Amino acid sequence: MQLIWNGIFVGSFYALVALGYSMVYGIIKLLNFAHGDIYMVGAFVGFAVLTGMGGLATSLGFVALLIVLVIAMLVTGAAGLIIERVAYRPLRNSPRLAALITAVGASFALEYGMRLIAGPNPQVYPLRLSGQSVHVLGASVSLDQVALVAIAFALLGGLDTLVMRTSTGRAMRAIALDPKASLLMGINVDRVISRVFFLGSALAGAAGVMAGAYYGKIDFLMGFLIGLKAFTAAVIGGIGNLRGAVLGGLVLGLLESFGTNYLGGQWRDVFAFGFLIAFLVVRPTGILGERVTERV
Amino acid sequence: MGWVRSLFDSRYVGVVGLLVAVLAPFVTATTYSLSVMTSALLFAMLAIGLNIVVGYCGLLDLGYAAFFAIGAYTSGVLATRYGWPLLTTVPVVIVAAVLAGVVIGGPTLRLRSDYLAIVTLGFGEIIRITANNLAITGGPSGIYGIPGIDLFGLDLSGPVGFYYFCVVVVALAAIGAARLGRSRIGRAWRFIREDEDAAEAMGINTYRIKLAAYICGAIWGGIAGVLFGAQLSAISPPSFTFLWSALILMAVVLGGMGSTPGVVVGAVIISVLPEILRGVADYRYFVFGIMLIVLMVFRPEGLWPHRAVERPLRRSRRRQPVEEPPVESGSGGRLP
Repeated sequence: MQLIWNGIFVGSFYALVALGYSMVYGIIKLLNFAHGDIYMVGAFVGFAVLTGMGGLATSLGFVALLIVLVIAMLVTGAAGLIIERVAYRPLRNSPRLAALITAVGASFALEYGMRLIAGPNPQVYPLRLSGQSVHVLGASVSLDQVALVAIAFALLGGLDTLVMRTSTGRAMRAIALDPKASLLMGINVDRVISRVFFLGSALAGAAGVMAGAYYGKIDFLMGFLIGLKAFTAAVIGGIGNLRGAVLGGLVLGLLESFGTNYLGGQWRDVFAFGFLIAFLVVRPTGILGERVTERV
Repeated sequence: MGWVRSLFDSRYVGVVGLLVAVLAPFVTATTYSLSVMTSALLFAMLAIGLNIVVGYCGLLDLGYAAFFAIGAYTSGVLATRYGWPLLTTVPVVIVAAVLAGVVIGGPTLRLRSDYLAIVTLGFGEIIRITANNLAITGGPSGIYGIPGIDLFGLDLSGPVGFYYFCVVVVALAAIGAARLGRSRIGRAWRFIREDEDAAEAMGINTYRIKLAAYICGAIWGGIAGVLFGAQLSAISPPSFTFLWSALILMAVVLGGMGSTPGVVVGAVIISVLPEILRGVADYRYFVFGIMLIVLMVFRPEGLWPHRAVERPLRRSRRRQPVEEPPVESGSGGRLP
């Protein structure tokens, strides 16, 4: 039971980050390597804001976290916009390899840019969530964990409504199907793609703040691993499929939680990537993905 | 600019490069400068290997350091625990690199090419973590006491001897890669890079050809790993992080994807520049990241681009002086 809960908890972080991957991939067929680093930026923005708030943060407690969350989401969203504008848009019509390489470059620039600003050593989050824990069905669950998972799911639900119910969402789905036709139908493709980057990056930033508040320690390379895992989650769920990404995040969280228990903690990451490779061999379209035929 | 272009296209470029490498120790031969130059050579070897995968075939490999690690660890373990001379481990290293290439490339190359990028990224991490956790690889402290190169009784473990040994190996690797690139399979690689569907339609077994490129890259990386172990005499997991893979990629992109002289120049720049700019070491990776973006946006073909024109066959060379400017490639997909 404890394992399941841990899995869901970690999985909800993965799901938030995986969504951004999946959205961007679905719409412009680009692996955004910088996505994991956006998560890192989110954590650092949260750190900066919390430090700036000083004593106010501890007295406000959870409310402070919510404020920080919103600020961090706005900043990371803006960062996503800038990266898209500077690094990806000029290359939209060039070969896929070129865009992938700029994505690696963007990731690099974010990581080491943050290292320049914040220094190479890990920072300790000023706000540490360590509430009392409740025992539910044999698992010890802390209230903060519940709150974080609730926030995560609220964000996921909000995104789902946005994509499925609003006109922007419809435009996104249209572009994912066929960008050229969408352009002809009068959709401002560039603007919609910018919005996708904003949303995906904001979610990753939120995950970053939550992870920072929960684990209590952040450093400039923290986005690398989570980026990989979020991609794994997106593939498990079926890349380009938003509900699939959430499902994939949860599945990956659960798998890791059980795998760690039986194999030992140091093999956790190996286990996750081994699973990614296995999944790509057996079912590359993921659990919820449809078979995508390569368009020529 | 015509003469510059012909200068860069000259067939004597390789000879000049080799001469520079051979004569460099006569200019400066302190232990420090020799070690910098040897590192630059190893880096060039890695860049040449990655160029086969990224430059010729257009597959993005972000875990290239994994093959480097496999080479270094395989030879290191055999040499220190079982007392093999270093050169005899090379066949085993090649087998190990090929096996790793098949294990990773086999399933992923069937899929879209961007999956390969992320799987190799994961693979690079797996190898590093595995090396960190296993007992035979020495765990986090790694392997030390790797012997130097001993060529038929000729001791090449000193800095000068090892440098010249590296010059020879890297020169052979460069010639090999360049010739592979001009061969039948090399044309198939470039065809796949430019248009995979068209290549498939023309009867190229794209999966097998891609796998061949990937395995060639793995072999080059593995051999570079052996040299790395011999140079430092100690290896440990932190030597094989994603940073390495990214720097090698940077060298390939900077020099010009698909062009062997270009990537050698790129590798030398990437490995020597930080030594010159020690004072601003904090900025260098940040600058590298920005440089990748700027290069891709403004000059995707790199500093020394590969020319798409095939060298004319011997008979027709005299008859046809070059009149139209050669078509540039390397940017991929821009061919008419």
